[in-house]
Amino acid sequence: MTAQAISVAALWGATILYAVAMIAYAIRLAREADARVQSRRAVQLKEAAPAQASGASVGSVAVATPASGTPLSTNPAPTVVKMSRTATKALGIARSATLVGFILNGIGVLARGIEAGHVPWSDMYEYAISGSFVAVGVFLLVQRKRDVTFLGAGVTGMATIAMGLGLTVLYGAAESLPPALQSMWLIIHVSIATICSGIFAVAFIVTALQLIKDYRDSGTPRTAWARGRGLKFMEAVPRPDVLEALAFRLIAVGFVLWTFTVMAGAIWAEHAWGRYWGWDPKEVWSFIIWVFYAAYLHARTTQGWAGRKSAYLALVGFGALLVNFTLVNFVFQGLHTYAQGK
Amino acid sequence: MARVKIDNYAVAAAPRLGVRGWLRWGWRQVTSMRVALILLLLLAVGAIPGSILPQSPREAVKAAEFVKDNGWLGQFLEKAGFLDVYGSAWFTAIYVLLFVSLIGCIIPRCIAHFRAMRAPLAAAPSRLDRYRPRAAGEASDAPAHAVGRAIAELRPRAGWLGAITGYRYRVDERTKHGETQLALAAEKGHIRELGNLLFHVSIVGILCSVAFGAAFIYRGQAIIVEGRSFTNSVVAYDTFSSGRLFNENSLEPFTLRLDTFHAQFSLTGRPEDFAADVTLNRPGKDPEQSTIRVNSPLGVNGANIYLQGNGYAPDLTFTDAAGNVAYAGPTVFIPKDSAYTSTGVVKVPDVTSGDQIGLKATLYPTAIGEGTDFQSLHPDPTNPVIVFTVYTGDLGLDNGVPQNVYKLDETHLSPVHDADGEQAAFAIAPGETVDLPNGLGSLTWIDTPRYAAFDIRADPSLPFLLFFAICALSGLALSLFGARRRIWIIATYGGADEAVTLLSGAALTQPHDLAKATAELERAMAAARGAQPPEEEEL
Repeated sequence: MTAQAISVAALWGATILYAVAMIAYAIRLAREADARVQSRRAVQLKEAAPAQASGASVGSVAVATPASGTPLSTNPAPTVVKMSRTATKALGIARSATLVGFILNGIGVLARGIEAGHVPWSDMYEYAISGSFVAVGVFLLVQRKRDVTFLGAGVTGMATIAMGLGLTVLYGAAESLPPALQSMWLIIHVSIATICSGIFAVAFIVTALQLIKDYRDSGTPRTAWARGRGLKFMEAVPRPDVLEALAFRLIAVGFVLWTFTVMAGAIWAEHAWGRYWGWDPKEVWSFIIWVFYAAYLHARTTQGWAGRKSAYLALVGFGALLVNFTLVNFVFQGLHTYAQGK
Repeated sequence: MARVKIDNYAVAAAPRLGVRGWLRWGWRQVTSMRVALILLLLLAVGAIPGSILPQSPREAVKAAEFVKDNGWLGQFLEKAGFLDVYGSAWFTAIYVLLFVSLIGCIIPRCIAHFRAMRAPLAAAPSRLDRYRPRAAGEASDAPAHAVGRAIAELRPRAGWLGAITGYRYRVDERTKHGETQLALAAEKGHIRELGNLLFHVSIVGILCSVAFGAAFIYRGQAIIVEGRSFTNSVVAYDTFSSGRLFNENSLEPFTLRLDTFHAQFSLTGRPEDFAADVTLNRPGKDPEQSTIRVNSPLGVNGANIYLQGNGYAPDLTFTDAAGNVAYAGPTVFIPKDSAYTSTGVVKVPDVTSGDQIGLKATLYPTAIGEGTDFQSLHPDPTNPVIVFTVYTGDLGLDNGVPQNVYKLDETHLSPVHDADGEQAAFAIAPGETVDLPNGLGSLTWIDTPRYAAFDIRADPSLPFLLFFAICALSGLALSLFGARRRIWIIATYGGADEAVTLLSGAALTQPHDLAKATAELERAMAAARGAQPPEEEEL
């Protein structure tokens, strides 16, 4: 079996496992939401029942601690919610599928690197498979520290799409590196850019959930869509401020790395093209991404902008990242024409 | 952040703002975070058209074509600066305002921070119950001992340096709510604001470096054929541009000889390696041999020589009707596709008698085809063929207008026809001589050396840019990952006969640091209680 065959087989395996994980995570999320709604109802019933039994409430009524107090840590004290067997099983399947998919993804990326004889992030296909690997890796890393099961469906779903598109649309045979890419900066600049994309992708999902949850909790008629049946799974998602804190931490790391990416790119451009900045479309969009995330970081500490507005800026930043990866490579003319693959 | 105050005419007694008032109001607006945010967003949105529309500094020809093809819209876009976005007045206005806003914001912050770092610590608040996280406990010995243990646990350091590297602290003995208490206030994390300021100052530094570089830079392109040399002087460049404050005498004196050029292609014609073996001659020094590659420029006293392109420069000789050599030497052909199908022009003004002669030629390095109809399969010169057409008349060289050497000005030229009245085309291979019709002369192709195109550039701002970039990056990391954290512990006598010490503690920090601050508070409280502190948790 050649490295090429191993790579493609492993990546297809990873794609399928990510898809399985996405479905399992979705089932888990839905069941968890149901369980939470039910347990909340049970608590309400319990509160109401003794009050009715004794007529007027006497001091003996045990009142559930309101969840309004600021928690000691970012993780609110977990409400004990009894999960159905399906939910437990789904989580087990989701976790193992994600982990095995991640390992297969890693093998696929590694084999591609061996096949091509250079680091596996020199064209769009390689960027898609490496970026998915990083995004799932970031998710697994965060998962070790805190329970972010609610992100699972989104992250594995995005990875499934990216890998599927990579294998079907973007795929190009491994080629030797053209002279312009023969540089140690390919290893540094592009790897950090790929890692950033993975981090920003996870942050994007967190921010999107934050906004939906925020609208869901707000209770105004204009945001009724956020309380629709289709979004019932949002019950299993933490409070908006918890999500905001998580998104900020991810974006802070991503922003520092993106700053590094742009600077490393400038150094490389100086070496290869004789100028550190030339307003090439890729450079322009890298700059636009940087400015949007910079605006996000300022907005979240500015009165009147913190919360929803800053969250929208983070979403726009990720949109710019997608433009930089897709439109800039396919539509605009520039020096970063490595990408077409074929 | 400045708060907006508007001159309120509805309140009769309110004083009018006046000129100074309005100026102050304007300044407050510019330096407000809200305006800075809007400017940032404008900067991002304003940069977008530059990636979509052709930009004249990068692609002058395309930009001109765009204007021609789009009628009034093209005219309008050109006038409005959309074809040179990054040099346009409005884009400049955005970033200049942004930097004014930035400078107006960071100078007061620098001063305030300098003062804050030297200022004495604020005492612990008298009531801790409105802070989170909070903790309580008891110690079996005196408050002084308990507080002492907490201080030791927090590893404090003295002075304002302590504010950057560790906790500063103060202890107050005071009476609050009718009881004597010992209040410990410990604080660290000036590094967060310091990093933030360092980042913003470095951004200003980067902008200043760019401006400095733009004033002193010089940059030129030179094409060197194998075996030939280039002398670093303004006239020797094919194109040359320089900053406003550039002085011609500051050109590094050197000659560069291209010994050989290696181009390696895969079987499918993908470039694999380009390497230019060069010899560098500097006055008073021995000649140095080195190799310039795409990603490894050659540095010569502050100037860098970059390999930017390559191609073939067929060595052609034109012998005129009288038998005199009217033109001889390598002629640079510009590659037009990935198989190095290249075009070139031969201008022969100095014929012994008769009209001037021009040749338009196309080189096919690995030619396939017949007659004069060829195609190139591969960039290597496996079967090189040149197909050319001949023109006679006036080349237009004598009227003093500078001409593109790679283009034939056909206004006063007429093509040479063959017997059938068609424009005559000729194919030639290396080593061959082709006689032109009507006794115009003959063309001989002697050899096919390669050429390399170099960019030579000296930008004195590069070290400053690197320095400020590193500062900006470190400042950014400090400001985003550092946290200003305060921990307070208040110890009072308590219990029935005041035999125990009651402890209450609280911490204040940024949300992202909450987990760490909580752990640290718990550690300090455990130490104060006299218990074994829990292991420090890495988060």
